[in-house]
Amino acid sequence: MAELTHLGLAEARDLLDKGEVSAKELTEAHVAAVEAARELNAFITETPEKALEMAAASDARRAKGEAGPLDGLPLAIKDLYCTEGVLTTAGSHILEGFTPTYESTVTAQLWRDGAVMLGKVNLDEFAMGSSNMTSHYGGVENPWKRAGENRKLVPGGSSGGSASAVAARIALGATGTDTGGSIRQPASFTGITGLKPTYGRCSRWGIVAFASSLDQAGPMARSVRDCAILLRSMAGHDPKDTTSVDRPVPDYEKALTGDVKGLKIGVPKEYRVDGMPEEIEKLWQQGCDWLTEAGAEVVEVTLPHTRYALPTYYIIAPAEASSNLARYDGVRYGLRVDGEGSLDSMYEATRGEGFGDEVIRRVLIGTYVLSAGYYDAYYNKARQVRSLIARDFAEAYSQVDAILTPTAPSAAFAMGENMDDPLAMYLNDVFTVPASLAGLPGVSVPAGLSSEGLPLGLQLLGKAFDEETVIRVAGVLEEAAGFDHLPAYVTEG
Amino acid sequence: MSVDKDTVERIAKLARIRLKEEQKEPLAKELSNILGWVEQLSQLDTEGVPPMTSVVEMRIPLRKDEVTDGGYPEKVTANAPEASHGFYVVPKVVE
Repeated sequence: MAELTHLGLAEARDLLDKGEVSAKELTEAHVAAVEAARELNAFITETPEKALEMAAASDARRAKGEAGPLDGLPLAIKDLYCTEGVLTTAGSHILEGFTPTYESTVTAQLWRDGAVMLGKVNLDEFAMGSSNMTSHYGGVENPWKRAGENRKLVPGGSSGGSASAVAARIALGATGTDTGGSIRQPASFTGITGLKPTYGRCSRWGIVAFASSLDQAGPMARSVRDCAILLRSMAGHDPKDTTSVDRPVPDYEKALTGDVKGLKIGVPKEYRVDGMPEEIEKLWQQGCDWLTEAGAEVVEVTLPHTRYALPTYYIIAPAEASSNLARYDGVRYGLRVDGEGSLDSMYEATRGEGFGDEVIRRVLIGTYVLSAGYYDAYYNKARQVRSLIARDFAEAYSQVDAILTPTAPSAAFAMGENMDDPLAMYLNDVFTVPASLAGLPGVSVPAGLSSEGLPLGLQLLGKAFDEETVIRVAGVLEEAAGFDHLPAYVTEG
Repeated sequence: MSVDKDTVERIAKLARIRLKEEQKEPLAKELSNILGWVEQLSQLDTEGVPPMTSVVEMRIPLRKDEVTDGGYPEKVTANAPEASHGFYVVPKVVE
């Protein structure tokens, strides 16, 4: 049965369609894989009974000829999505015991289309982190290991559980969320594909908010096609999220034409940052060569405000977080710690105990930059620079159809590395944050291995609401790269 | 901008977060580093640049001003640490 977990999502769908496998068999294989992989700590909550019930219902629908586009496909859900009746933690102690009485729009659409939930996967606390190490439920292990070494590596973050589950072949696909790179960076670290859609493409309703002008849901899976299939179900207008855009959702799988002839691909010169490892520089060049050979034209573009993107992000995201996280007050959900009798002391005691170090750091930064006297110097300044960053992309896209960059400045690092200096950790997002600030779609595709035998991703960015071109070019890149390496967890068990 | 321990205490109070004594000095140092780093934005001339208000160009949708949801206080308070008769229960605020 083990081989069922090695199928891609599209292959599994086709076998289900042909009646060669049942949703029950597929789900049982994945439920067993989830149980066998507990050492990775990818799941916060496993829902095997729910999975098997959903699979039985799926088989019954299929028998009646009513199967949906994702019918019978087992998925892992990032524990930032509210799921009705199933514990939702956001990786935080402060949401202890929170069991939503409603379902997020994106997960509701996945179930509408027949998908099966394996459980809720681990993440950095409130999605704040690039290593999954800030989770109250502990770090997640990357199924990959450096060649000849046994140190545990991080899967990246914040969607670390999603990435690890997909890479370790315990889920066919997963939902992630991306605020500054939280889908793309972990995808790169674990050798899978992760797609962040345009801001507004997927509803944010029912997803625990971190930074509302940046947060966006997206799929993570083992191929571009699998991501395209998932995105079609996740995307769409939702009146409950006023920033979700009312546009038709295309059949993204049809964008995989394999043809990039005549497309112009931009390479931003500002992304050649100091200290970038030579092997990443080489892989990037290799990506350009692959696209050129496929008939695209690769040209240099300039995004002059790139170096200001990270500092801009680290004002805007904490500012929005400090406001969003004000709701955790010990009154409405989760943890309550009694203070000395007053309401204020209860708030302070609850929040002091309920939030982890990184969340406290960001809430304090956000509170500071929004406080009287500093608002203009920090927050408004950052919003102005954000306009300039968006303008850079708009100008580049007047010349090119998509942009190719590395996804992250390094391969996966070990648990414990980069931990003493918050700033060093923030630099992980140097290539992913600019497009987040501009609200643009991007995908990370596994493109090669580092000298240590770890996966490295290339990132393709597109124009707003042009996920189709991103998917089309990513498909060609994927085909050329032919990445078929398996992580140590899978080859060695 | 250098953040000292007093400033950490002041913003922690604003954010309603109780810090342990041993958290304060390290936080002062970390926040100073982060704020010192984001201050590079001041090098940039942004005179006349409009602050971004909407990530994606769109008109804010309007809807009819009418009640479309609600009527289930027990669901709303289901996750409250303490609730009674469809209300949240908090420590006494009026003497």
